[in-house]
Amino acid sequence: MKKILNNKTTRTNLLTYLVVIAAFVVMQVMNSAGMLGSSMKGFLVPICVYISLAVSLNLLVGICGELSLGHAGFMGIGAFSGIIIAALLKDVVANDFLRLLLAMVCGGVFAGVVGFLIGVPVLRLRGDYLAIVTLAFGEIMKNIIGNLYAGTDSEGFHIAVSTTKMKLAAGGKYIINGPLGATGIQKLATFTMGFLLVLFTLFIVQNLINSKEGRAIRAVRDNRIAAESVGINVTAFRMKAFVVSAFLAGMAGALFGLNYSSVTAPKFNFNTSINILVFVVLGGMGNILGSVISATVLYVLPEALRGLQDYRMILYAIVLILVMLFTWSPKVKEFMSVIADKVSGVFKKKEAGTNE
Amino acid sequence: MKKFVAMLMAALMVLSLAACGGSSAPAETKAPAAADAAPAATEAPAAEGAAPALKIGLTGPMTGPASAYGLAVRGGMEIAVAEINAKGGLQIEFKSEDDEADGSDKAVSAYNSLKDWGMQILAGPVTTGSSLAIAAETVNDQIFMLTPSASATDVAMTGSNVFQMCFTDPNQGASAAELMKQKWPDATIGVIYDSSDAYSSGVVDGFLTKASELGLNVAVDNAAFTADNKADLSTQVTQCKDAGCDLVFLPFYYTEAAQVLTYANTVGYAPTFFGCDGMDGILTVEGFDAKLAEGLVLMTPFDANATDDATVKFVEQFKANNGGLVPNQFAADGYDVIYALYNACVAAGVDGSTPVADVCAALQEQFATLTVDGLTGKGMTWDENGMISKAPAAMVVTDGVYVPVA
Repeated sequence: MKKILNNKTTRTNLLTYLVVIAAFVVMQVMNSAGMLGSSMKGFLVPICVYISLAVSLNLLVGICGELSLGHAGFMGIGAFSGIIIAALLKDVVANDFLRLLLAMVCGGVFAGVVGFLIGVPVLRLRGDYLAIVTLAFGEIMKNIIGNLYAGTDSEGFHIAVSTTKMKLAAGGKYIINGPLGATGIQKLATFTMGFLLVLFTLFIVQNLINSKEGRAIRAVRDNRIAAESVGINVTAFRMKAFVVSAFLAGMAGALFGLNYSSVTAPKFNFNTSINILVFVVLGGMGNILGSVISATVLYVLPEALRGLQDYRMILYAIVLILVMLFTWSPKVKEFMSVIADKVSGVFKKKEAGTNE
Repeated sequence: MKKFVAMLMAALMVLSLAACGGSSAPAETKAPAAADAAPAATEAPAAEGAAPALKIGLTGPMTGPASAYGLAVRGGMEIAVAEINAKGGLQIEFKSEDDEADGSDKAVSAYNSLKDWGMQILAGPVTTGSSLAIAAETVNDQIFMLTPSASATDVAMTGSNVFQMCFTDPNQGASAAELMKQKWPDATIGVIYDSSDAYSSGVVDGFLTKASELGLNVAVDNAAFTADNKADLSTQVTQCKDAGCDLVFLPFYYTEAAQVLTYANTVGYAPTFFGCDGMDGILTVEGFDAKLAEGLVLMTPFDANATDDATVKFVEQFKANNGGLVPNQFAADGYDVIYALYNACVAAGVDGSTPVADVCAALQEQFATLTVDGLTGKGMTWDENGMISKAPAAMVVTDGVYVPVA
């Protein structure tokens, strides 16, 4: 036990799980005690979704070193495929929890498959080029989904990308109705599922980072030529990170879609992609716990500023700028590292004391 | 040095804790404070011995690209609330929240924040996307909802507590087709629309269905654009021109319509242009030559140049509150919503002390029989689905003002 805890990465990983579990327990207790208002209850699931999105994007941006601006595109694919699957399985799978799980897995698989297909041409590019292409991908996805019609009638399931081709028989029901988006969604998402999703995302990402693959991915990030020279298949490892990231974003998207009674395509525009990127950058590239914390804080922040009425978005932007300046100042960085050493020192001593 | 760092750390921690405490405490009490800070002081004066004020909430886009609509509705509602509170009797406390015209999480959190404030009636949301997300929540919470401007059919169909102040999109399209059949039966018609917008596509769906029923000659029905490529609409105009259309239907908002009219003028294309209620406001677009709108037909329930007392008073007040801005139909819809709710609440004897579910039940009953005369129509009534029935008014722009179509 002591040996395991002496490993710094293991300690950080365990700390991340502990923080998430503790937050979940606290929220559950407060909820059952009736201490949470409607607003706070409403934040629980989207916070879990954005944590998963930030952690999965961190895998791509922080660990793999690729700048992707199309993460919301994968989220959108996951959301809309998850909504369709959940609607189609309504009569087949009676258990809501199981149906939600299936929808999320399907959402993830769809996003992962699209991620693979996109990755084949896109991952030939590097740096700024990759950023531009992923940005375009996100916008294309938004526009396709915005013109997508899906519905069921007596003859089964129909899907089309134009209103003239989409004719449902009498009594048919739209699941996705073009620019109106998906409406009349049965809300399946629960905080527990959100929590499980966060744990799953952390498990996948943290284990991937610390595996043989993870080291190869980081080698590709740090020096592509050196990595190639020692026989690492650069494209394959970048693809792995890209697809895993897309898969997790798709799962998060499905949970997001099933948390609201309506979802429209413009939600998944590049603003959302940039937002997720902001969570990652402010939390620290490659820092998983940082992503978890920054996603939570930055999601709640604009809501907490509602009292400022029309000025809240301006203030949100100012806070972002200040945090950015603050965290990048060398003096603050030095100070933080001293604190980190102190804290880990205390932690180490305590662990040593209890285990010996 | 180490000691100094430790001290500093401790001080920082205490400070951050204090900051946390400080930020969470006002969050609980922020509602009245925010209402005080709202541009027009709409909080009801606390009259002694009177019933508490009725809490009406609005969600709409107050920031971002769609904020023009949200701010217009809010401006209209604030005028109505101020007038009602000045009268004495039933007092209204009004609060608006920003939903960024979002169709999911932001809309629901704006709604939740109003719910935490103690909202009894929802006089919103402004946009269709947000309404679809919020309407289902109001059904669960049994909060009465009357939206000023969310016009999709699906909104009203969500539940029996959801009502609309504006026409539904397909109805508006159908009325447009009927009017064309009546006035321009032989016209070759072209349709340009925004396929990424629920309002625009909803109107077109209703229009095309009715047009084929009536046997109108629609030559172009696929000249669509999206929110991403509306910077240049010349292709769509050219498409209509090449097909020889002499009547062009423009069911979208005035900013894009101004582009269409300007471009058509530069290429010397002069068909009859026909717009819907989103066209209202075209005469005030900055940098747009209002002369180009001469002869434009539009279906709008509200005319800021009307000379009846109610409209004149409203327009003057709105201009005074908003730095000379002329109110559009969104503002008028907002104004009418507050008065419709006020009339229904007075008739039902609802006030600030009535529980939310009772308010909802009482208002549902009232709206089944209620008739309202407002800025956007006379003798407005609601059907069992919550959709409004009022006479569609068609105007034609003549010498820079709206004149009813003869």
